[in-house]
Amino acid sequence: MSKPPPNADLTPLPDYRQVLQPSPFHTRLVEHCPLQNWMSWNGYQTPRVCDVLASEYFAIRSTCSVMDLTPMEKYRIAGPDALKFLNRLVTRDVGDLKAGRVTYVVWCNDEGKVLDDGTLFHLRAGEYRLCAQHHQLDWLLLSSIGMDVSIQAETHQVAALSVQGPTSYALLTAAGVVGLDQLKPFGILHTRLRVFDLMISRTGFTGDLGYELWVEPAAALSLWDALFAPAQQGLFDVRVIGLSALEMARIEAGFIVPGDDFNTAETTVRADHDRSPFELGLDWLVNFDKPHFTGKRALLRERARPVMRRLVKLRVSGNKPPMDSFLYDAEHGRRIGTVKSQSWSPILKSNVCLADVGYSNGLVPSQIWAEIYYQKELEWRATWAECFMSEKPFWAHPRRLKTPPRNF
Amino acid sequence: MKKHDVIVIGAGHNGLTNAAFLAKAGLDVVVLEKNSYVGGATASLELHEGWIYSNCSYVCSLFRPEIYQALDLGRHGLEVVPLQGSVSMMQNGDHFGSYHQPEIRRREMMRHSKRDADAAIRFDADLMKWCRLIRAFLLRTPPDPASFKIRDAMEFAYLLKRFHSLSESQLYEFIRFFTMSIAEYLEQYFESDIVLAHFSGGSIIGTGLGVYSPGTAYVLLHHAMGDIDGNVGSWGFARGGMGSVSKAIASSLRSYGGEVRTEAEVATINVAGGRANGVMLASGEQISAKVVVSNLDAKRTFLQVMKPADVPDKLLHRARNFKMRGSSGKVNIALDGMPDFPGLPSGSPLTLGHMHFTDSLERLERAYDDWKDCRWSADPYVDMVIPTQYDPSMAPPGKHMMSIFVQYCPVEVEGGWTDAERDAFGASVIDQISDYSPNFKDLLLHTEIRTPRELEAEVGLTEGNIFQGELTLDQLMFNRPFPGYAQYRGPVKNMYMCSSSNHPGGGVMGAPGANSAREILRDLGRKDTTPEDFEDD
Ligand SMILES: Cc1cc2nc3c(=O)[nH]c(=O)nc-3n(C[C@H](O)[C@H](O)[C@H](O)COP(=O)(O)OP(=O)(O)OC[C@H]3O[C@@H](n4cnc5c(N)ncnc54)[C@H](O)[C@@H]3O)c2cc1C
Repeated sequence: MSKPPPNADLTPLPDYRQVLQPSPFHTRLVEHCPLQNWMSWNGYQTPRVCDVLASEYFAIRSTCSVMDLTPMEKYRIAGPDALKFLNRLVTRDVGDLKAGRVTYVVWCNDEGKVLDDGTLFHLRAGEYRLCAQHHQLDWLLLSSIGMDVSIQAETHQVAALSVQGPTSYALLTAAGVVGLDQLKPFGILHTRLRVFDLMISRTGFTGDLGYELWVEPAAALSLWDALFAPAQQGLFDVRVIGLSALEMARIEAGFIVPGDDFNTAETTVRADHDRSPFELGLDWLVNFDKPHFTGKRALLRERARPVMRRLVKLRVSGNKPPMDSFLYDAEHGRRIGTVKSQSWSPILKSNVCLADVGYSNGLVPSQIWAEIYYQKELEWRATWAECFMSEKPFWAHPRRLKTPPRNF
Repeated sequence: MKKHDVIVIGAGHNGLTNAAFLAKAGLDVVVLEKNSYVGGATASLELHEGWIYSNCSYVCSLFRPEIYQALDLGRHGLEVVPLQGSVSMMQNGDHFGSYHQPEIRRREMMRHSKRDADAAIRFDADLMKWCRLIRAFLLRTPPDPASFKIRDAMEFAYLLKRFHSLSESQLYEFIRFFTMSIAEYLEQYFESDIVLAHFSGGSIIGTGLGVYSPGTAYVLLHHAMGDIDGNVGSWGFARGGMGSVSKAIASSLRSYGGEVRTEAEVATINVAGGRANGVMLASGEQISAKVVVSNLDAKRTFLQVMKPADVPDKLLHRARNFKMRGSSGKVNIALDGMPDFPGLPSGSPLTLGHMHFTDSLERLERAYDDWKDCRWSADPYVDMVIPTQYDPSMAPPGKHMMSIFVQYCPVEVEGGWTDAERDAFGASVIDQISDYSPNFKDLLLHTEIRTPRELEAEVGLTEGNIFQGELTLDQLMFNRPFPGYAQYRGPVKNMYMCSSSNHPGGGVMGAPGANSAREILRDLGRKDTTPEDFEDD
């Protein structure tokens, strides 16, 4: 007889006929998705585009967007050794992360290669939530051996919405949320709305003013209805968005996606196809002064060597999309890298991308050109476009940081 | 008397592959096969009117796509259809379904362990590392580590380069991998009994080893290194049964002018002046040729068809000690309809794939214990498929053909195999299945039961070993079949080997046949007609 599996998921899951799992918001979501253009995000049925991509993008930048965030991987971490565990897991020092605050982290394997990135929420004293891009339970449990810490996957147990855009503050206030005026970027607010508990964090993936809302799945639909009530009264334009609009905004904001912009260490099969935080330009996330963390030794060694490659932000001249483009060092005529994520930025009227670029002898290539293939009426053409490295995010509006934000 | 350029002894799929590449190079080739049909362990036979059985091998994945392309097997009638997923049914009525859809597969795994669902990502990536390495060696002749020839040195350099692409810790892992048991290997990833049992089954198929025996981890790789249309690790059904593979190769061979003679059992290889020059058939007929290639297993080649006087003592000794213990049986069934499996969700696609009924490592090890005691496993591990769910050409409409591979079944039972003992073995397999399918027994129209005794007598596999020799490190790569003989050249001039007893080993792969052809063409100074591997960079 088999012994009962220790980590079995006991929540009822849809059967094999339903390939993609509906989120707790699904019944409302479908009403906003006339296109029925679905994709899988961690197994959830998620819209790629709900209705009109351009309108969804501009909802983020000029009014207010709502996106279902439930599929994001979430882990609840608590217990006496929770902080010790986390500080050993991630590369930055999270020892001074106060209760009610959020921070961005990455974590590595022993070779100092990045496994994943995410946001760490210090929910209440000693209790944390780690949000990750990919499935991490196995790694978290492996890393916790010998520590008194409880780690639980809670992706399916927390429903979440991301509300982003310049009127997000005004909308939430109109919807009845109290106490948002004092909430600073990366802050957490525990409050109640109507009859349910609601947690709000001033976080997001758009580089704009925005909030993430967290509730029990049972309260999901009430939360949704509360949010859309002001719009129904004709107060604000609120638009449900899919992952394509978010993709445009996050590239403009310079945020990276593990698995898209670099291969995560755990899934890497070929040598040198994984990346360290330094190679991702995340030097500022690595703290060698704190107690030991996984990957520290390898990263110390790497720091002593010249930079071999880097994930950089490039503005690409012209209007041809640098999709999957090869990059060349114009000075030496050498191929030095490839474009990862790219998008046309409607707000900058420019192509922007993240690119993996080789640095020979640690030197930043002086002149980068992209080789672009594009199509007009089924005929393929090739062209060259000069690229300009950008240290800062391509676009970041000061309104994202203002407290209290503007109330429209 | 006519003298051929080449005689290939045995029309197994490797013999046919070997012959096809030689004929493609313009050589006059004849293949001599003892049975009335071609294919050896890769055959389709109509054993019940209207039903075609894949009566030995039953699923295809290892067959090299390079050979498929080079011999144009698609145009010679071969079609390999991917099969979907797999399932292990459990004694408590539950099951673990490894669904074709990744989202469902993950959810199903979470049902048993959320942690295992995440660990599967690490497991898949690690296995893929070893697959990439090993795949690069399939269409290459192993270098002789004791040789000073430039070619061997170059090949070693290639090997090193391949290994160099591994980090130091990965290299240690790789070496560990070859020497570990599958149970220990999987326990580095998974915690749930059913998941462990499900993934370890492929590691004992065909071997005289148990899930806790060192060396079984590699067998997992041997079953995972193939691909269907680039999906590494996937398996497929040859439309019309596995015999379609052999028939297509034979057809390709004939298109290059080669000839196949069935019911032509070879008694001996003729050697004169240290050179092979032909064969004598069991009928007494003499056939001469410049080159003789053996598609028989190593024991048969060196201990039966070669005269002892032509084989060096040391080689005779090696051949006698070559490990090829039979450990598997097969039950093939003509079904009057599709059996029900009430333990599976209704209408479930899980019957489309491999089906198993063993839910713990302990039960797998107990099955092995029986084999060591010269008994068939009372509670065997089976790999069961019903290809007629996809393939309309193997049974009448609405009827089905079921192929059940059974581990373990001994070479000898106490008192020796009798027909009654064989039938009792088959009955125990049928009983296991009917525990999970109440209407199964009512559907049986005809049953073929094969123990190692039948496999040896009919297919000519010594002891009924399905791989023509155990797949353990001491019998792999430049050790296969024996050190010093891994480059397909026999102990006398003009004599070669092309069977699964040679690198890269058993399975319907075609690689030993093609690699051997490459060496023969090289020795004859002919243009190489064998394909280079596609390279997975
Ligand atoms: C029950 C079983 C199930 C299997 N399942 C699978 C599977 O699902 N997938 C897979 O990939 N592999 C499977 N295998 C393994 C695979 O079938 C074999 O490794 C492969 O077919 C061997 O091919 P071969 O050409 O090297 O040798 P063989 O197929 O053994 O060919 C040897 C040929 O030589 C002939 N012969 C023997 N003696 C003489 C003689 N004296 N004169 C003339 N001819 C002679 C034989 O009749 C035979 O045709 C299975 C094997 C068995 C036995």
